[in-house]
Amino acid sequence: MTEASTPAAPKPPALVAEELGGLERLRRRVTQGELGSLPVIAGLILIWAVFQVLNPNFLSPRNLTNLMVQIADMGTIAVGLVLVLLLGEIDLSAGSVSGLGAGVLGVMAVKNHVPAAAAIAMGILTGSLVGFLQGFWFTRFKIPSFVVTLAGLLAWEGALILILGTTGTINLFDPGIDAIAGNFLSTTQGWLLAVVALAIFIGSMFLTRRRRAIAGLEVQPIAGLFLRAGVACALVLVAVFVLNSDRGVPFALLLLLVFVVGFDYLLRRTRWGRHVFAVGGNAEAARRAGISVTAIRLSVFTLSGTMAAIGGIIAASRLLAVNQSSGSGDVLLNAIAAAVIGGTSLFGGRGTVWAALTGALVIGSISNGMDLLALAASIKFMVTGGVLLAAVTVDAVARQGRQSAGRA
Amino acid sequence: MSEEGNSDARRPEGPARTPLLELKGISKRFGAVQAMTNVNLQIHPGEVLALVGDNGAGKSTLVKTIAGINIPDEGEILFEGKPVHFTGPRDPVALGISTVYQDLALCDNLDVVANLYLGREEVGAPVPFISEEDMEKRAREVLRDLNVTTLQSPRLVVASLSGGQRQSVAVARSVMWKAKLVLLDEPTAALGVAQTKQVLELILRLKQQGLAVIVISHNLADVFEVADRIFVLRLGTNAGDFDVRNTSREEVVATITGAEFGKLRETATAEA
Repeated sequence: MTEASTPAAPKPPALVAEELGGLERLRRRVTQGELGSLPVIAGLILIWAVFQVLNPNFLSPRNLTNLMVQIADMGTIAVGLVLVLLLGEIDLSAGSVSGLGAGVLGVMAVKNHVPAAAAIAMGILTGSLVGFLQGFWFTRFKIPSFVVTLAGLLAWEGALILILGTTGTINLFDPGIDAIAGNFLSTTQGWLLAVVALAIFIGSMFLTRRRRAIAGLEVQPIAGLFLRAGVACALVLVAVFVLNSDRGVPFALLLLLVFVVGFDYLLRRTRWGRHVFAVGGNAEAARRAGISVTAIRLSVFTLSGTMAAIGGIIAASRLLAVNQSSGSGDVLLNAIAAAVIGGTSLFGGRGTVWAALTGALVIGSISNGMDLLALAASIKFMVTGGVLLAAVTVDAVARQGRQSAGRA
Repeated sequence: MSEEGNSDARRPEGPARTPLLELKGISKRFGAVQAMTNVNLQIHPGEVLALVGDNGAGKSTLVKTIAGINIPDEGEILFEGKPVHFTGPRDPVALGISTVYQDLALCDNLDVVANLYLGREEVGAPVPFISEEDMEKRAREVLRDLNVTTLQSPRLVVASLSGGQRQSVAVARSVMWKAKLVLLDEPTAALGVAQTKQVLELILRLKQQGLAVIVISHNLADVFEVADRIFVLRLGTNAGDFDVRNTSREEVVATITGAEFGKLRETATAEA
């Protein structure tokens, strides 16, 4: 323990954590497998640079805005997958469930003339129900989650084809549904959002530091806080500026950000979130500590189904249609790849929801860039597969690094 | 060699005090296997009892009985003089009996504070966010009281700790919730010399704080260093209950193996 624990007679000044040199800290993180979001950001910069060289339209405001709309559905599905991966489990049905959620929405809104809001709610609830059912099967019969959800992958795709019936494709013309991926915030709304978000982020960072100082605990060096605040400001303001110079901040991106920030808070600040990490780290230890492992698993699988359905609905809104191949193809693998590339460990217990956003940016950028270059689907599949493999390898190698450094 | 029931009489301050925990005539059978027969055990506050015995002597069965995992077929358990009936592992914990198993049951991916509070996280009101500052403060106090000085920060991830530090964290977690009796299952197995010393010091610290400690161990050197009494199980029953001041390692070994004291060699060859 540091001097922080010894009560000194005069109130000690704010205690500052022992500071390693920046380079030394970086070296230690790399060799010991504590990479965090470093590789994904480096990868993103590289990808953007390559595509910008190959096609000068890549980094144009118009294309970047398109990119943000394109990643919203993948990112939303990936948020649910991050939760499942944190448990050390997998949900292979997420793609099919996203298709089924969109299918229910389409059938209800177009064929049965249900109001848009109600149809959306029904689509989302379908996802929740499916997720709960799979979670129940997994926890009740102790079947590995990948088998239960692999069965789901096929079964829910069948369910989608069943409810679509002979129609095949349902076109969505309801303005309420089309608005999800088709609406953009006005310039003023965009700036307002940026300022409010930054104020909350920076404010809570400094409040936390202050609470720790008052409690006599060691605190982060203030310079580090200013650095983080500066980086956050630069990123958010540049992003809003770029998006505003085209059509504005996409509503779908705002939705994704709300999910990411919301689940990040739930995971880091609530007992439920702590228990998700505990179950993912050591389920037996969690059980002995009195945590209901079954309840945690059920909740996470339910949320994964819910997020998949929401993602599917955003995708349907973007494509203005639901058809028999909604949610199939590369939807599942892209979402898993996004979660893993963002830095969520496949081995459970490590990662953040932000991985869904950063990972979706990487996968989305590759897909978007290859579309700009008019590459064939064959090439796209192979490249995306290669990127997924690379990300998983980084995770596995980092894990080995942690183990040899005695940290896993 | 069997001295069950009279260990109190040998303690200078003994007879007047009620034992913290007393087992009377405990028996347990698993199918055709008689795991424990008529086991009697007493432990007082501030006492360190070492539970020793060969593999299969019934140590684990006895520990699981005290931890509420095994329900005895026969016999009586008294806690602070009152008969208690355990129906599951939560019952002993509610009374203040906590068990640290050999695997420690820590979450490697969480930090020390999170592990100490696992399943008991404190939350604020009205927003039920985890009160990290309060928890960290209390965690520092608990670790300081137990003299766990090698830990740089309670914000370290458990995966990065040494074996002795991990054991310390597991013990700290077991005692920070008003424990009166702590069961430690092989706390020094697989630890180096310096780390073993750390853990033994921790056990003495618990004793100083007035807790009763039951230590299961194979290592008689460790046992003689920290224990007040040595309780030997052999073939599922009491084989001996020694005051550590009035016994020798040879006597304890002989009791564990079932050889009569001084005739170790002959008995061993006869049994083989």
